[in-house]
Amino acid sequence: MSKLRQYLDKVRPHFEEGGKLHAFHSVFDGFDTFLYTPRTTSGAGEVHIHDSIDSKRTMIIVVLALMPCFFFGMYNTGYQHWLACGESIFPFWQLLFYGFLTILPRVVVTYLVGLGIEFVVAQWRKEEIQEGFLVTGILIPMICPVETPLWMLAVATAFSVIFVKEVFGGTGYNIFNVALVARAFLFFAYPAHMSGDKVFVATGSMFGFGPVAPDSFSCATPLGQIATTTGNSLQLTGIDGSILSSWDAFLGLIPGSFGETSVICILIGAAVLLFSGIGSWRIMLSAVAGALLMGWIANSCATATYPASYLSPLDQLLYGGFAFAVVFMATDPVTASRTNAGKLVYGFLIGVVAVLIRTYNNGYPEGAMLAVLIMNAFAPLIDYCVVQRNISRRLKRATAKN
Amino acid sequence: MPIKLNKGLNLQIAGASQAKLGGSVAVGCCALVPDDFSGFQARPAVKEGDHLAVGDAVAYDKLHPELKLVSPVAGTLKSIVRGERRKILRFEIEADGSDNVKTATVPQNPDCAKAISLLAESGLLAFVRTRPYDIVPDPTVVPRDIFVSCIDSAPLAVSAVALTAGEASDSIKKGVKLLKAATAGKVYLCVGKDWPYGKIEGAELVEFEGKHPVGNPSVQIEAVAPVNKGDLVWTLSFDTLCRVGHFDATGKFDPSTLVAVVGPEIKQPKVLKTIIGAPIEPLLNGNLLPDDHHIRIISGNVLTGEKVGLDGYLHFPYRQISVIAEGDDKDELLGWASLSPSKMSNSSSFPGRFLKKLFRPDARIQGGRRAMIMSGQYDKTIPMDIMPEFLIKAILSRDIEGMEKLGIYEVAPEDFALAEYVDTSKLPLQKIVREGLDYLRKELQ
Repeated sequence: MSKLRQYLDKVRPHFEEGGKLHAFHSVFDGFDTFLYTPRTTSGAGEVHIHDSIDSKRTMIIVVLALMPCFFFGMYNTGYQHWLACGESIFPFWQLLFYGFLTILPRVVVTYLVGLGIEFVVAQWRKEEIQEGFLVTGILIPMICPVETPLWMLAVATAFSVIFVKEVFGGTGYNIFNVALVARAFLFFAYPAHMSGDKVFVATGSMFGFGPVAPDSFSCATPLGQIATTTGNSLQLTGIDGSILSSWDAFLGLIPGSFGETSVICILIGAAVLLFSGIGSWRIMLSAVAGALLMGWIANSCATATYPASYLSPLDQLLYGGFAFAVVFMATDPVTASRTNAGKLVYGFLIGVVAVLIRTYNNGYPEGAMLAVLIMNAFAPLIDYCVVQRNISRRLKRATAKN
Repeated sequence: MPIKLNKGLNLQIAGASQAKLGGSVAVGCCALVPDDFSGFQARPAVKEGDHLAVGDAVAYDKLHPELKLVSPVAGTLKSIVRGERRKILRFEIEADGSDNVKTATVPQNPDCAKAISLLAESGLLAFVRTRPYDIVPDPTVVPRDIFVSCIDSAPLAVSAVALTAGEASDSIKKGVKLLKAATAGKVYLCVGKDWPYGKIEGAELVEFEGKHPVGNPSVQIEAVAPVNKGDLVWTLSFDTLCRVGHFDATGKFDPSTLVAVVGPEIKQPKVLKTIIGAPIEPLLNGNLLPDDHHIRIISGNVLTGEKVGLDGYLHFPYRQISVIAEGDDKDELLGWASLSPSKMSNSSSFPGRFLKKLFRPDARIQGGRRAMIMSGQYDKTIPMDIMPEFLIKAILSRDIEGMEKLGIYEVAPEDFALAEYVDTSKLPLQKIVREGLDYLRKELQ
């Protein structure tokens, strides 16, 4: 037996009922099962062997799938900042390090707040710690604008974890996607902060590292620019005034929320999720189909009243948080439809609603977040219909025979 | 045309046995466990110390006294082992070397009621299960149809059909004849590709192809003639059919059984001939790998079997003993991150999934129990037109109407065994289904 295992076994009694540190039982248990596969074996009346996959591995794979976006987000944060400062040389490692310093406190704050609540609730309910927040905790900083104040992140995370997840019973019981609700909370509670011009690009130096941006620059996201466009021509520009193409949006070197900009990195993540069978191809495929269809309809009757209708259907997929929402938010198995047919409908409607909101509601430049949340609410209804169809098929079978 | 099932999963486990007899083991005692026969409320038919011939009733059912468990050996009832609240755990019977066999007279063409009462009297009706509820049949109800599953697709199972080597033709014919008399409907023989006997008079032959659980009666019934509310069908396995045939021909209960001793912890996997309820130890004698870690002995297969000790006994259906590592003495650092090719999984995140190799799984549940998180996992393992996840939820919430609508009458706990194996949340699905069936039966009575 290894030293670590011996040590864990030695200190375990302190955490058991009656021990000095019993208040931290769930924390200890969480670490123990994280380090070592539990020795629990199957009981009577159960299968004797189990598949090696467990929910820890599932969640970690999702976190891994997010990593390309995460690292790209670090680079892009630095890049946009350098652009805002009017620099013309972009040293790779400095940009990356700047982005790292920017995101680090945000990740730390969300994990501390979220995991803290999880630990307390698990201890209170005398349950094991659930690993759902591993994913949520990294998602929240990735879908929020980089200039969101830390205290807002903390408040939004706490609100979301308590009122969207824990009051419903914890991981697996929530109706709405926890990370998205955190984002929506920020969006609606602090609209002045969240939809401003500068919130998407880091302006100051981080812990004294990196240049400080001048006050006068415009860094609206492409969709933000579209929402305020007048006239019937559409010209998207980057921070330095250069013209943005669809290719830039595909690569992701544009202003936007930390992890959402690079479609190419999102595609890598999608590949990981699909290969491991964790993300649903039905949802991803039908959401893209829905967005293309709605994008095509909007585009073929484009008017100056709704400037976003000038975007081609393909651009609808590339800009904003759509791709990220489809791959990482819509596929959350807990809040999505759970039947196969339901997943197709659910995904398709997410695509349609996202483009619908984006195009025909000038108040919200981005519709993907709201589309997923709306469809979260409808997912049980979709499943209900699919299940009813199965039930009536079975009933018909019974009556046909008599 | 065979019926082809696309869903399902064959588990690649080391320690399979060839389908040929590898010897026989004579035993001096045996045990009958009433709990193996769901729905059977045992009352002792004899007292401790009484003499029994092969085929003599050891216990009868409280509700239907004509339903019996019979003795597989001639000897004395050594003891009735009782547990909490005097519940009977098992009947232990000691052989006395005599060869007394009870012989019943089987008429040539019995009517329906007579056929069922013959089966009940012979003790063989206890080896039959019903849909709905997966319990021992009520001998007062005539089944709509009878399904005989001649496929055992469970992990490491040895085909009982192949073991007969084409020589059971008479038993099968006679068995089908008696079963046919017991039902107003049809007798279906659900067979695999290895079926050597061709058409059998009086039976409908249905060929199946696919992965486990293609051998499960529920799956076969659904594909051929689904069970609707109010229907009742019987299911039995091929070895029981042969026993019925033997009973029809001779009037005697055939207590012999062929047991596949398999699994990664077995030195030499083989098939042994012994009797029903035989003790485990002589069957494993000298055939276990060196004892340097904990092992788990399972009477039955790794999915639906019963955990027993070396001092335990064979449980119904008396066909298989699987031995795997227990795993509770193993430390696995960061097991959730493992990329080891020896980890057995149906998930593509493990390299083992892509290797054509046999695995040596242990009995750990490989994680912690969680709420239902992943969706669609159960669907892939259950080749039936039901929505397993919603059925499970209806059972958990004790929603009777929901259970009925979602098809609880068509399933047995064993149908959820593979789903339980692949489940990321490690939920005890078989137990949930069993509890649901029992609850429903109690509420509707």
